[in-house]
Amino acid sequence: MEGGLVFIGDLDLTTRKVLKWLVERKPIKDIVEWANAFSLWPVHLMTSCCGVELGAAYAPRFDLERYGSLPFVSPRQTNLIVIEGTLTRKMARVARITWEQMADPKFVIAMGACAIDGGLFWNSYNVVRANEVIPVDIYIPGCPPRPEALARAILMLQQRIKSRGITRHDLELIEKNLKLEK
Amino acid sequence: MAASSLAIEEISKELIQTRDLGVTEEGERLVELQIGPTHPGSGHMRIRVWVDGDIIVRCDPDIGFVFRTIEKLSENRIYMKTIPLVERPSLLDTTPMTIGYINALEKLMGIEPPPRAKYLRTILAELTRIASHLYGIGILAIFLGHSTGFMWGFGDRELFVELANQLSGARITYAYVVPGGVRRDMPQSFPDNVEKALRYMERRLKDWYKIFLNNPVIEDRLREVGVLRKNDAVKLGVTGPNLRASGVDFDVRVADPYEAYDELDFMVPVAEEGDAYARTLVRFEEIKQSINIIRDALKKMPSGDIIHPQIARMFNPLMKKIYEETRRVKFPGIFASLKPPKGEATARVEAGRGEALFHIVSDGSPRPYRFRWTTPSYRNVILFKYLVTGHRLADLPAIYGSLDYFPPEADR
Amino acid sequence: MASPQHPQASQQRLALGKALEELATKLSEHLKGVAAKVEADKRSMVINIEVDRSRILEAAKILNNLGFDHVKSLTGVDHPDKGVIELMVHIGSYSRGLKRIVVILRSKLDRKDPRAPTLTQIWPSSEFQEREAWEMFGIVFEGHPDLRRLLLPEEFEGLWPGRKDFEIPTRKAGEVEEPWK
Repeated sequence: MEGGLVFIGDLDLTTRKVLKWLVERKPIKDIVEWANAFSLWPVHLMTSCCGVELGAAYAPRFDLERYGSLPFVSPRQTNLIVIEGTLTRKMARVARITWEQMADPKFVIAMGACAIDGGLFWNSYNVVRANEVIPVDIYIPGCPPRPEALARAILMLQQRIKSRGITRHDLELIEKNLKLEK
Repeated sequence: MAASSLAIEEISKELIQTRDLGVTEEGERLVELQIGPTHPGSGHMRIRVWVDGDIIVRCDPDIGFVFRTIEKLSENRIYMKTIPLVERPSLLDTTPMTIGYINALEKLMGIEPPPRAKYLRTILAELTRIASHLYGIGILAIFLGHSTGFMWGFGDRELFVELANQLSGARITYAYVVPGGVRRDMPQSFPDNVEKALRYMERRLKDWYKIFLNNPVIEDRLREVGVLRKNDAVKLGVTGPNLRASGVDFDVRVADPYEAYDELDFMVPVAEEGDAYARTLVRFEEIKQSINIIRDALKKMPSGDIIHPQIARMFNPLMKKIYEETRRVKFPGIFASLKPPKGEATARVEAGRGEALFHIVSDGSPRPYRFRWTTPSYRNVILFKYLVTGHRLADLPAIYGSLDYFPPEADR
Repeated sequence: MASPQHPQASQQRLALGKALEELATKLSEHLKGVAAKVEADKRSMVINIEVDRSRILEAAKILNNLGFDHVKSLTGVDHPDKGVIELMVHIGSYSRGLKRIVVILRSKLDRKDPRAPTLTQIWPSSEFQEREAWEMFGIVFEGHPDLRRLLLPEEFEGLWPGRKDFEIPTRKAGEVEEPWK
């Protein structure tokens, strides 16, 4: 007797719907959000001069690793991009490619006055604004911001994950594909 | 406009054809690797290498990822507003860059800062030089996998950043130097704090020797790697500790003294071998010499004004009161419309990574007509093309770290 | 404690100024017939040499033989009202006795078609600087082995950003502008 014919309807689709309902329920959702919040690993993309304060933030005096954040090597194994400082045109293309290479869920922090609105270099012909290239979650003002400000930004991002949840861009794609299959 | 752009396309095509290479006589053997910006061993630049097995055959640095067009922006702003622009590229040793720009401006205006201001500028420049060398050594350590060196480098650097914070009010971007003098006088407890920090650094250098310079793994990776011979270094126009490690005795502080350097007592370390180990050793020795300079300057510090009397005459009564009570300079209105006479001026300084050159062309208006500056990292880019060939791929981070190349400074 | 050092310093500066002028006269003898003008600038401690476009290579060879062995900066200054782009080369020396001097070699090029001979055969340190001068001002260096863009992205549309007719937005006092609109 074939197992799939016992149920009415498609076994594959039903399992997916049940799993989606289970994952968004309280206990598992909390665990997933807690795991995401305490493992925000930034990728090694240094955009500009605020990178010096990022390096100092991961150094002994303002140790950010105690919040679970460890700078790691490849875009596929990290989930945070920190745009430090000015984004020039050459670097904007690299930032966009790196952001698209990262797996969901991913977050972006824009650090410094230059990433918010151009900062000191607002009228240069080679500078673009950060939110025109990739969607930004948290902005940090300052030129350069102190490493304590970066620590506060990571804490704010953690609270935001716990209160608002994470948007997964890929779940919507999966649903769209399933509807097309039918 | 259309005709000239077509002519330029033709020129570019025939000039670009010379750059394609990828095939040897045996067929397709060379592999092109792009060590791009998203890489822990590359910084803010892309290094394209062509590799035959494990040996690098050709290397092409692709810079310009942090090109913020500062020379063009300065033509649009008044002279005072260019001071923060000049600070930002070389973010680790900011003070020598502002000193150079202000020296060129003062030569145009024909004024000279009082002696106490010169000594204060020198002390801050040497503090930032120590911090910059510690950053360079920390980055070299992390490129080689020595993460204790990274942590120690950045941790010791925090001490000097904190001292600069006490003197000027900010961690790394000070804007401390103004035309005619400096912005603030040093607080009462500053000489004692500096002496404590210098004594700590002298003790710490002995530990650095134990774990880093006399470490057999580091010696293996750095000795006889990236050898730069003396006549090559002179021909390629290399500057800074990279030049002094190849046997050329050239330091702008001795050859063309500025600020208070001709009255202070220090030596310039020079090594002969020219390999990566010699370059790192020269940097450690320069930290020791900077410690001597700071001690000497604090001993010989003259008393007096910190701003030129011609500018102090233009203070209004409130600014005069603040200056006499707290020794802080509030900018008079003349700074907003500073119009130096027509002419040109050139100035050079010795930054942490080498020699920086400033040239201002002024036409009598409050904005500069042309501002040209060359940074030491920009002059050292040529080493990527000529020094790396013939080495193994694993030697590339060792050579890169020992050159102490900082991409935002090179791109300006 | 400040004043005793001042007379010594100003005497030193006078002596240096005299030495600079002597060097300038010696250089003008070596460059007789090649350079149009040789003069010393005592304020900045530099020697300005003005040559015609056809004599740049000759002057460069003579300076190289005298001991000036590397290029510190190579760029152009745009004068649209006079119709010239002035090529300005700062040359320095690492040899004994000449470390203090910076020589500025200037030459006026026609703004509509600026061409100059390349200096990479004499001074290899000018290779990357000539690439930047081409990219910013449009000066074509004849004989350069590899003239292509250095700092700007390859798909940058717009020509010769260093020239004066390439405009960037300015904000006047009191105006709140949105420059990206």
